[in-house]
Amino acid sequence: MKAFARLLERLAFTPGRNAKLTLMSHYFRDTPDPDRGWALAALTGTLQLRQASPSLLRRLAGERVDEQLFALSYDFVGDLAETIALIWPEPAAEGAEIPLAQAVTTLRETGKLALPAAIADMLDRLSAPERLALLKLATGNLRVGVSARLAHVALAQAGPRSADEIAEVLHGLTPPYLPLFAWLAGGPRPELASAAPFRPVMLSTPVTPEDLAALDPAEHVAEWKWDGIRVQAVSEGGLRRLYSRTGEEIGAAFPDLLEAMEFQGAVDGELLIRRGEDVAPFADLQKRLNRKTVSRAMLHSHPAVLRLYDILSWEGEDLRPLPLAERRAALESAHFPSPRIDLSPLLPFTSWDDLAALRAAPHAAVIEGVMIKRLDAPYLAGRPRGPWFKWKRDPMVVDAVLIYAQSGHGKRSGFYSDFTFGLWDGGELVPVGKAYFGFTDEELRELDRFVRRHTVQRFGPVRQLEPRLVVEVAFEGLNVSTRHRSGLAMRFPRISRIRWDKPAAEADRLDTLRAML
Amino acid sequence: MSIRPEDILCPTEAGLYCPPGGFHIDPLRPVSHALITHGHSDHARPGHGAVLATRQTLDIMAIRYGEDFAASRQAADGPLRIGNVTVSFHPAGHVLGSAQILITPDTGPRILVSGDYCRTPNPVCLPWEPIPCDIFITEATFGLPIFRHPDPLAEAGRLLASMAEFTERPHLVGVYALGKAQRMIALARLSGHDAPIAIHGALQRLCDYHVAQGIDLGPLVPASEPGEARLVLAPPSAFATPWVQRFRDPVLAYASGWMTVRAWARQRGIELPLVISDHVDWPQLTATIRELAPQEVWITHGAEDGLLRWCELNAIPARPLRLVGYEDEPE
Repeated sequence: MKAFARLLERLAFTPGRNAKLTLMSHYFRDTPDPDRGWALAALTGTLQLRQASPSLLRRLAGERVDEQLFALSYDFVGDLAETIALIWPEPAAEGAEIPLAQAVTTLRETGKLALPAAIADMLDRLSAPERLALLKLATGNLRVGVSARLAHVALAQAGPRSADEIAEVLHGLTPPYLPLFAWLAGGPRPELASAAPFRPVMLSTPVTPEDLAALDPAEHVAEWKWDGIRVQAVSEGGLRRLYSRTGEEIGAAFPDLLEAMEFQGAVDGELLIRRGEDVAPFADLQKRLNRKTVSRAMLHSHPAVLRLYDILSWEGEDLRPLPLAERRAALESAHFPSPRIDLSPLLPFTSWDDLAALRAAPHAAVIEGVMIKRLDAPYLAGRPRGPWFKWKRDPMVVDAVLIYAQSGHGKRSGFYSDFTFGLWDGGELVPVGKAYFGFTDEELRELDRFVRRHTVQRFGPVRQLEPRLVVEVAFEGLNVSTRHRSGLAMRFPRISRIRWDKPAAEADRLDTLRAML
Repeated sequence: MSIRPEDILCPTEAGLYCPPGGFHIDPLRPVSHALITHGHSDHARPGHGAVLATRQTLDIMAIRYGEDFAASRQAADGPLRIGNVTVSFHPAGHVLGSAQILITPDTGPRILVSGDYCRTPNPVCLPWEPIPCDIFITEATFGLPIFRHPDPLAEAGRLLASMAEFTERPHLVGVYALGKAQRMIALARLSGHDAPIAIHGALQRLCDYHVAQGIDLGPLVPASEPGEARLVLAPPSAFATPWVQRFRDPVLAYASGWMTVRAWARQRGIELPLVISDHVDWPQLTATIRELAPQEVWITHGAEDGLLRWCELNAIPARPLRLVGYEDEPE
């Protein structure tokens, strides 16, 4: 458990993606089975453990520590699991290490009544960092900023297998994944025994009108790019699974859609919320994400639908090697009984100008551009350049004033790189968003200098700035938000231009942004 | 009539004052006669009339404030009669030159002002000594049971392990200029790091002074020209300045007892928190009180509520002085 605790601690404090990958790949390299498999399950969120409630943990601590001292300490630390890990009496002598596998087994198999004593007994034998790791496992919340995808990439770093292959194999296995590690070490590829596995997704690259000029429209099809969530719906061998494009299972939040998956195969499409013929904005879909359960009222008010782009497998046959033209034909002849599943229509065009006209005036606000796909391309994992392009609608832009800055991490250590910007509302600047990117390294240095010269006040790591620098902020969409003072939330805001020339008083007004809704 | 402890030492706005001796200890503002426990800037301030401190603390004050930091100065050497009390200085194990000050009146309780102190062995200063006393005046910087400082050599080992894991990234460690900087260097040396260590300009003179006092710090180079040095020490405040921009993708570390608490490290953007403290942790603090078994404990600053509660649970008379002006870990 020591190595796992060390890994969690480093990951929790490490902001950089590459550094996180290094930490994980070293851990997987140096840790024996089955511990590394359990760690992988914990990191990718596939570990099913009996969960300890905060009140249970508090009671345990209350049996060991004076209540008043505990309360003072909790006030100071601010996190319950961390407080208990720190305050728990140290073992009198260092005993034998508890392997991660043993801790996981205890948490998985101990009955509800015996669980508190089992946790206390382990806490009695662990060091402070290990106690925290155990408590994070027991509360089901690691909070180390690692996605399943990142863990797969870390596994791929050690050998010749790609992250996509690993993701595909992993989906057929259960923790502690012994066949996976044997395969990565040169053993046989595990059979995809389990039904309804995830297939690595094919992604597109951005394209410009200049790029398109070199391509033949007749060799391509185009369709709308819907602003929902790209998903893979798999229904095989009696199992129905809904995967995000990184292979995370999200079906639990969409029982209405799972129920509608009356077919045998694997299809690729966009998850949307639809009311009648209208597709709801992304914000409505967001309300249904990241939920373990979903209420009846929500199922009724925010019905999920699936709009299909592609077909990967049908009634036992893998269609991915076929060219798109043949896959599209297969998709159109496949039968989907539920009205919740329909096809994303192909757009009629003979020239790129035709397509540009369609792209400029989509019939629905949730269309964020067009997709352009080569008719002769097979379905390939990853983001190959060439077969699939996304041609997004031009972003919306506003001119906003920088009002707060915070320093960045990793490669941006010491630079003020995280900005809050605002728009005028009367004589006041109201914050409307934050942006961390969009500028070049040289611009970052200039922004950093600006921040240092024009700080009015500091609040811990945050600097309040003199309202004088205008930046052009580009963003992909706008939602109503009750969490922001402005009442609006931008999607993917970034700084597209620094307007050193523009006086702050001439920046846009909040009304201008509201009018873009 | 019996003599009360507060007749011998009492808290005032300028800090602890001894009426029968006519002096302050670690005064917070300029006074005529000051006894100084150690050289951290919140305890040792410039502008007093006469200063009595250990030879090393006087040297450190001269380095920090210039030779004219006080009108006159005297090095503490053995027991000394001041007014109607006798004072003596004893090692506190906190930083180089740090002392506890014992006040012995002709009649009445002996009062020990421990200043900041630490009981974990520290290669750059003399170890803390137990001094029998009736009133024990203690800090409570880490006066909560969550603070159990790990073995500092193990923490240095974590630093070196990270350097071995991220060979391309320079490791910047935030350290206070007096004490922590030299201790961090000594710990790295003890852990087998023989390569040059780069130090920020603000650490130079105090490192030089430690070397002059016979403490081996190994090869040091200025951080402005680090050469091959991959370990860089700087005052934590430097992390918020453009100084840090010269390093490519650095790992920011910070050596402090506060690193025990994750939110503290996270708010400062620290990637590698190292729990290395020059103060007693909770087990040491409570063990010291048991060991000295004073009639009464006075608490100067820090998390006094936690220590007061412990004293209450253990039926030890205690009172908070709530002195304002001492920082938790001064720079």
